[in-house]
Amino acid sequence: MPEPTTTPANGSKIAVRCTGVTKTFGSGTNAMQALRGVDMDVRIGELLMLVGPSGCGKTTLISVIAGVLRRDGGECTVFENDYQKMSELQTTRFRGKNIGFVFQAFNLIPTLNAEENAAAPLIINGTKRRDAVAKAREVLQQVGFDERMMRSFSTDLSGGQQQRVAIARALVHNPRLIVCDEPTSALDGETGHKVMELMRNLALGTDRALIVVTHDSRIYEFADRIAHMEDGRITSIEESPRTTS
Amino acid sequence: MAIMSFIALKMLIGDKAKYIGIIIGLTFASLLITQQSAIFAGMMTRTFSFLSDVGLPDVWVVDPEVQYIDDIKPLQSTEVYRVRSVEGVQWAVPLYKGSLQARMDDGTFQSCILIGLDDETLIGGPPTMLTGQLSDLRRADGIIVDQVGANGKLARRLPDGKRAPLKIGDSVELNDNRAVVVGICQITQTFQSNPVIYTTYSRATTFAPQTRKMLSFVAAKAKPGENLDALCARIGKQTGLKAYTCDEFKKLTFFYYLKYTGMPVNFLTAVALGFIVGITISGQTFYNFTLDNLRYFGTLKAMGATNGMLLRMILLQALVVAVIGYGLGVGAASLWGSYFGTHSQLAFRLPWQLLVITAVAILFICLTAASLSIRKVMKLEPAVVFRS
Ligand SMILES: Nc1ncnc2c1ncn2[C@@H]1O[C@H](COP(=O)(O)OP(=O)(O)OP(=O)(O)O)[C@@H](O)[C@H]1O
Ligand SMILES: [Mg+2]
Repeated sequence: MPEPTTTPANGSKIAVRCTGVTKTFGSGTNAMQALRGVDMDVRIGELLMLVGPSGCGKTTLISVIAGVLRRDGGECTVFENDYQKMSELQTTRFRGKNIGFVFQAFNLIPTLNAEENAAAPLIINGTKRRDAVAKAREVLQQVGFDERMMRSFSTDLSGGQQQRVAIARALVHNPRLIVCDEPTSALDGETGHKVMELMRNLALGTDRALIVVTHDSRIYEFADRIAHMEDGRITSIEESPRTTS
Repeated sequence: MAIMSFIALKMLIGDKAKYIGIIIGLTFASLLITQQSAIFAGMMTRTFSFLSDVGLPDVWVVDPEVQYIDDIKPLQSTEVYRVRSVEGVQWAVPLYKGSLQARMDDGTFQSCILIGLDDETLIGGPPTMLTGQLSDLRRADGIIVDQVGANGKLARRLPDGKRAPLKIGDSVELNDNRAVVVGICQITQTFQSNPVIYTTYSRATTFAPQTRKMLSFVAAKAKPGENLDALCARIGKQTGLKAYTCDEFKKLTFFYYLKYTGMPVNFLTAVALGFIVGITISGQTFYNFTLDNLRYFGTLKAMGATNGMLLRMILLQALVVAVIGYGLGVGAASLWGSYFGTHSQLAFRLPWQLLVITAVAILFICLTAASLSIRKVMKLEPAVVFRS
């Protein structure tokens, strides 16, 4: 089976393209239609924020885009790859190579220290432990970690520090798409601000796209575009003040 | 893929409470299983220790009704000659085995096992003489007593209340007959653990309560190159008695005890208990450990870890606790066995087959627990990582 291609066709500036994506949880009377035909593009090189009321389907949408959840209908390509045409194993491998994750609850493995946590995606991809940890230390340095912090366990780190480890982990294997679900909602305002600054400065690149789901209007300023979602659909996409001003 | 192993190991060892709990459970289970089966093996070996000690004969001739070694159905003493006349028999000797009462100095009685050896050859004597010689049995009223009996149940009570071991020159009253100790021997512990007294066949038949038939066994040796099974069949045909090879007779005895005593039930109960302890404590803790880490397995899965990698992680975790628990348990069982084996009359035998059985049991427990954990992790949707 051929490895799915990860390179967009020449000239394409689109990282993710969704048209008419639907997803229903459950069936019969319990059926809950979480996505009711989502149309949305994410451009390469941009930070797109996905906002909307609780339960409107934001997490479901990025789960579909990140390849951790299968859609029911519509089209969705990520760097021109369609999960629906891949096997389970191919999808998993694709995620491992191409997607970085940042979670609201950090999801750091508590029995690993910061550098080991940050090295995990490389190890999953088959890099030797030594090399993986060396690379993780480089990235941790970029998010402002010193030697002592690199060897700390998550119980000894503040929320902001833990999220910085998570950002390092999302970046370490140089993925082309990073999805973040409410990365700042467990943090206070100032810390959240710093985390978003890091994201823009470190994570954003000319060949990478970021999708950030958030409730937090205080961080809207970090977006290139903001997609508003309501009841399973994208209602509008606006250019943020950052790019219009 | 081996590189995921350090994550698996740190996950396991980092959760100290569960890690230790799992290992304690497995240690206990393997200790229980090994120790109980070693005692069982020891007891079962003792059932035929007499045969092992006699050693020399390779054919045993008994009444056809005999079901095991201590099920003595006496024969006419002339049967020895009939066995000798069978083609292929090199020699055949009479053996007496029975129990009788020894009268102690203080007037109490002690039940003993009396073994009478062929007067001429003394074949069937104890495997090791500690003091004196086997041939001393030819002296008047001579008997040889086993060391454990001489130091224990047959020891004489001194006026000051202390006990003195029976020694050469002491006399013992056996069924109103005077007997003199001429030697002390060492034997493999018997099942009944009564003192064992050796003497000549003719003297044994005078010590023992008189009955019409006195011969317990005819022990025979085949001529070199003789097929034992064929010889046994021939003896059976010509004498109307039953001839067993030594191994067959051991087996007969072994299976008799297996079938008609509570020992196997006892043993199986203990092994089952070990198993249940293992499954409930360690198996359940291991499964809970996986459940606790489900969120992290999900995170690894989202980040690209395949089901195969996660399976290997869990198997590694299960194998690590299995090996440690097994090692500690078997080690503790051997220590226990070697201590009580030398400091008491405990039957304890630990052949390698038992180590394999315990290993299989522990592996089974761990793999069962692991397979439940694996199922859970395989079925885990990576999308759960976004749910808090
Ligand atoms: N696994 C599931 N099974 C059943 N229903 C689900 C499942 N996941 C999500 N839903 C439902 O789908 C809808 C969309 O959920 P989703 O988590 O995508 O919303 P959200 O926009 O991320 O909300 P929030 O801002 O609260 O995180 C909700 O009504 C939710 O209850
Ligand atoms: Mg959500």
